[in-house]
Amino acid sequence: MSLMTINLKVWRQKNAESPGKFEDYKLDEVSEHMSFLEMLDVLNENLIKEGKDPVEFDYDCREGICGSCNMVINGRAHGPKHKTAACQLHMRTYNDGDTIVIEPPRAAAFPIIKDLVVDRSAFDRIIEAGGYISVKTGAAPEANLIPVPQEVSNDAFDYATCIGCGGCVAACPNSSAALFTGAKLAHLNSLPQGQPERDKRSIAMVNQMEKEGFGDCSNYAECEAVCPVGISISSIAQMRRDYMKAIF
Amino acid sequence: MKLDPKIPSGPLAEKWTKHKNDIQLLSPNNKRKHKVIVVGTGLAGASAAASLSELGYNVEVFSILDSPRRAHSIAAQGGINAAKNYQNDGDSVWRLFYDTIKGGDYRSREANVYRLAENSNYIIDQAVAQGVPFGREYGGLLDNRSFGGAQVSRTFYSRGQTGQQLLLGAYQAMMKEVHSGRVKMYNRHEMLDLVLVDGKARGIITRDLVKGTINRYEADAVILCTGGYGNVFYLSTNAKNSNATAAWRCHKRGAAFANPCFVQIHPTCIPVSGDYQSKLTLMSESLRNDGRVWVPRNKDEKRPPNQIPEDDRYYYLEERYPSFGNLVPRDVASRNAKLVCDDGLGVGDTGLAVYLDFRDAIKRDSKEVIQAKYGNLFDMYENIMDENPYEVPMKIFPAVHYTMGGLWVDYNLMSNIPGLFVAGEANFSDHGANRLGASALMQGLSDGYFIVPYTVGNYIADEELPKVSTDHKAFDEAVESSTKIMDKLLSVKGNKTVIEFHRELGKIMWDRVGISRSKEGLESAIEQIRELREEFWQNVNVPGDASYYNKYLEFAYRVADYFELAELMAIDALDRGESCGCHLRDEYQTEEGEALRNDKEYAFVSAYEFLGVNGKLETKLHKEELEFEFVELKQRSYK
Repeated sequence: MSLMTINLKVWRQKNAESPGKFEDYKLDEVSEHMSFLEMLDVLNENLIKEGKDPVEFDYDCREGICGSCNMVINGRAHGPKHKTAACQLHMRTYNDGDTIVIEPPRAAAFPIIKDLVVDRSAFDRIIEAGGYISVKTGAAPEANLIPVPQEVSNDAFDYATCIGCGGCVAACPNSSAALFTGAKLAHLNSLPQGQPERDKRSIAMVNQMEKEGFGDCSNYAECEAVCPVGISISSIAQMRRDYMKAIF
Repeated sequence: MKLDPKIPSGPLAEKWTKHKNDIQLLSPNNKRKHKVIVVGTGLAGASAAASLSELGYNVEVFSILDSPRRAHSIAAQGGINAAKNYQNDGDSVWRLFYDTIKGGDYRSREANVYRLAENSNYIIDQAVAQGVPFGREYGGLLDNRSFGGAQVSRTFYSRGQTGQQLLLGAYQAMMKEVHSGRVKMYNRHEMLDLVLVDGKARGIITRDLVKGTINRYEADAVILCTGGYGNVFYLSTNAKNSNATAAWRCHKRGAAFANPCFVQIHPTCIPVSGDYQSKLTLMSESLRNDGRVWVPRNKDEKRPPNQIPEDDRYYYLEERYPSFGNLVPRDVASRNAKLVCDDGLGVGDTGLAVYLDFRDAIKRDSKEVIQAKYGNLFDMYENIMDENPYEVPMKIFPAVHYTMGGLWVDYNLMSNIPGLFVAGEANFSDHGANRLGASALMQGLSDGYFIVPYTVGNYIADEELPKVSTDHKAFDEAVESSTKIMDKLLSVKGNKTVIEFHRELGKIMWDRVGISRSKEGLESAIEQIRELREEFWQNVNVPGDASYYNKYLEFAYRVADYFELAELMAIDALDRGESCGCHLRDEYQTEEGEALRNDKEYAFVSAYEFLGVNGKLETKLHKEELEFEFVELKQRSYK
């Protein structure tokens, strides 16, 4: 097992109102088997022992599914590994002596709470606007009465695996939430159960996205490149088609 | 303390229907006048909140995370059971009930478990209608897989992300109700205390984790859906924020805590790699459908796994349990992994791992077939371990995963505190001493969609619930008590971090209150826990203050509660002089090393009353005797 020295430049910001800045830290004896977030845990243990404020960052499951972590590592949301959330990144990706820059995802619609922690409640409001199928508890028909062709179901599943981390917004030059919104629309709009509300849903979610202050999509596809679960930008194309059909 | 399970009379299959028919109803006009608090937004919380709001109640929902969608139900991989019998393999509600109660080693209530099996089919209907993309066959109908502890295929799945898809379904149903205006969502709020007025649960105290403020909320009923307490062990498959504080503080307010020693250790997790390890990652046990578990026959085996010939491989589950083989229940698989490692046959750098090998399945079915079934799990494994499981067998080891114990509830899922309901993993109700795979999602959603909405309504219709103001002195007292704990933690400014204490506590628990337990070990664990708890309050170093976002302060009060709960778990394990399910006492085993139950003396639910902490935890044991009218208690055999 090899141990490394890692230099860190971490964005520190007390709250949304105060200005922030990068602070430099040096960590010795970083194991290649550590996850990226475990490396930050070690940094925080050191800071606490030195009587300093630890770095705040969001995390929960640490297995790439909850979507809590979403830091920008060396300019890239979730770091260098393709289809990998920051919590699933391991230090073996780095070399002894490397300098790593860590920042929060930056977007007007994601105000900073502290250090690397941002407020992503805008995503919840986009879902609230229409990201569901209106079926009351108890009102559902027998499950196999709704056959869904396997390939339709598989495609819907691929879009439904979005973890809502916001990496797409951080990566987009326009801070657009089109991949997040498109993924939910593509999931629900492609299923037979989702048809009755298809138009209403498409309009409501797209409008809410705009209202939250996310930018528009210009097909940079940076979002797809950083998405930890590999959501395809074809969802954005489908969102545009559904939205256009719905408004006419 | 009086514990009445309130199980309806009559034949097993008719109890729930009869109970629903007997339940008091509230008119839509009256529902509108009532408010219910739901704490936690996992499967149980989100589904309960959505369903209650649809009925017309005002609902306030609290999540410690930044979005309700991140609750830890999201991480469940394998699937959800239901008795649909779509495979025509002889499944039925009775069989699902029977497998679940047998899998739990006969330490759960017949009536509750039967209701769970009954509800299972409606859950699948509900989820499909919401657009949950379950795995399907070519004809467009739903597919099933088999799971540990069952001989039928009754598990519905969404690749390896079933929990995610079911949670998003429940979350979306809840967000629909946020849109309707009846659900009010509070994110990044942590429940610190339960407020009792006239002996009834009438509100909660929370900390706004961003602003640091302490807030008061009143309601007619409180539903706790805050998950389990596996993180007592520090290392577990639970998410880092999963914690026991809300449940433990309800316990300190008078709610009985049931079967605290029943902890499930999941057999298929990625092994520990070093001290910095912050959590353990589970690999769905569905992998045991196709993977074969083995260790080398010889202690001094040095060859890489692929070069070890068939004769030198010890497929210990297949040899010891020929009829279930690799599909034995979780407790049996975990215990056997520990046994072979104790015998020095373990693999990997630490010797604390066994192989899970897909070589034969790939040969039989092709790599593509295996990839289609488990692709995301294989990717996850490779990412963490830096080894390709298509070519080299996986290394796995058991890890703490699920807690069957929890707050005691009656048939209505109400605790012994009137108005405090407990749903999902937070209650103790359905899994006895061991939970079968794909049953947690089923229970969370059965509780949330199909039980609590009825029983909470019944309670509200039945009780006198005069309006309560948050200026009431009970709220003042609860705020003061929560603030005092935080002030005390922040004032110590000692030399050891919260994480260091938590790691030490976890080690005591894993070594002595883990896969196997003994009288001596438990007695010394209790001493060690007490000593470490004393030291914690003298020497913990919590950074910053309570006036802003401070993750380590959150950890500190959660760990403070773990120190008390840990002692209760050890006390319960010591009291239970038998082995059952996940609770293996070294002293009580058959000659073949299987768990030896003692139905005569221990067919009860242990329910503890909190009396205080003064150097040691003062507690009083109450017993709810389990009565088995419909099933015959048998020694479990998976051979």
